[in-house]
Amino acid sequence: MQIERDPVSGYLTTGHEWNGIKELNTPVPRIVWFFIAVTHIWALGYWLLMPAFPLGSTYTKGLLNADDRAAVTESVRQAQAARSGWTDELMSKSYAEIQRDQALMAEVRRSGRALFGDNCVACHGENGQGAPGFPDLRRSSLWGATPEVIAETIRVGINSGHKDSRVSQMPAFGRDQMLQGSQIQEVLAYVLSLSGPAGPRPAEMVEAGKAVFAANCASCHGDDAKGKLDVGAPNLTTGYWRTGGSGASLHGVLWDGLRGQMPSWEGRLSPVDRKILTLYVVDLRERHQ
Amino acid sequence: MFKALFTFHYWLERKAIGFVVAILMVSSVGGIVEIAPLFTIHQTVEAAPDMRLYTPLELAGRNIYVREGCYACHSQMIRTLRDEVERYGPYSLAVESKYDHPMLWGSKRTGPDLARIGNKYSDEWHVLHFIDPRALVPPSVMPSYARLLNNSLRTDDLGNHLTAQRAVGVPYSDEMIANARADAFGQANPDSPLSEGVSKRYGEATTVRPFDGKPDHLTEMDAIVAYLQILGRLTEAPYKTAATTGE
Repeated sequence: MQIERDPVSGYLTTGHEWNGIKELNTPVPRIVWFFIAVTHIWALGYWLLMPAFPLGSTYTKGLLNADDRAAVTESVRQAQAARSGWTDELMSKSYAEIQRDQALMAEVRRSGRALFGDNCVACHGENGQGAPGFPDLRRSSLWGATPEVIAETIRVGINSGHKDSRVSQMPAFGRDQMLQGSQIQEVLAYVLSLSGPAGPRPAEMVEAGKAVFAANCASCHGDDAKGKLDVGAPNLTTGYWRTGGSGASLHGVLWDGLRGQMPSWEGRLSPVDRKILTLYVVDLRERHQ
Repeated sequence: MFKALFTFHYWLERKAIGFVVAILMVSSVGGIVEIAPLFTIHQTVEAAPDMRLYTPLELAGRNIYVREGCYACHSQMIRTLRDEVERYGPYSLAVESKYDHPMLWGSKRTGPDLARIGNKYSDEWHVLHFIDPRALVPPSVMPSYARLLNNSLRTDDLGNHLTAQRAVGVPYSDEMIANARADAFGQANPDSPLSEGVSKRYGEATTVRPFDGKPDHLTEMDAIVAYLQILGRLTEAPYKTAATTGE
């Protein structure tokens, strides 16, 4: 092993030799030193400015006091401030005033669409059309359809566990043996006859169902079957059925009962967002008619 | 000085064991500086005195979540970014994963994040959505999990699962472990006498409901829905942070 100077490049060799091949001990290129220096200076700056070094039970906070959580809190606040121009107006005006204000309603439709998509679409569908078991928001009005009622339903939910929750339950007339199988068929025939042709069901069956209805159903759905808003009992004469409307599905409701559930959004959405959603739903209904 | 450094390095390069030890020391610097201090820094895990444990039924649901690979498409981690906070709710806190062994933060969102899914939709929605996701969400690519509704939940090993969780630091009591099976039945059957024990052992706020709508049959659907309905609801701590769009 012998270190010697290479006559061509002028550098020393490493001293190793493999079958006559020797390796030059070329110095580290300047550009590498340059970038090593730059990254070290960058690191020094970062240590000073950003949270960096552990100190037992705490750490150096850095001169910039950077904090992701504070940053996102601030950016959410700024975003709220940026739209406060119209949201303040939204909160101070009545529903009727807002509905007359086309500029405000344009904001409601734009913001509402995102809010509705994030929170409501899973059950009520992209355009509020609902799904079997989940009401069509454009047609259903279990508790009433005024903006105030819709706002309250969004706030407290239905059978939700919220302290002010709306409570509604259709009993399981079949399973709990409140009605016999034949009576269920009869009342089904009667109820279907209210919204359309009775079809193949004989008139005497419909007539018998009417008596069953008066004795068992009228207390919630009303003598005229048009529903009662205070108990969330739907109007049975419109031809719209939230469970789908097939004879089998309605029979299932009569047999097993129905206890729909809507979550309370009070803890999840701000008053502004809930008001936007209320107006969005009212708007969906009006545009559907 | 450089010359001395190089001379030292030349010397070190020729010591096989010594060089390996030196490599190990240098490569562990990052870990020592960045990871080890987290165990002593107080702010790492926030305080959440109201944090409750997963019930046996929820833990069984969690195991199903792992078994079915839900974490491959769903994350459980809301980052400190405005769009995530506005869409899903308050950003995730470290303390919320305190009893997660293994953690299921995930890193891929083919489906939405689930960290705040608890109480967002009804039990009925979850069951219908598991049976046929596209009936409720037409563009969904989630597979159907209808079979969960027919699979009876295995409960004979629930006590062992609790014991295993206790071995890694989750404070399950002997009583909880002894009653794991009964509590699983009770939580999904509000009318049974077993349901009282669940509220007694896990707190009044525990959800006791017939999650899949069939109180007399304890299924894997009960377990997974019970688990989803508690996600983000083990503690109220994250809802007290300022960065929420709620009040």
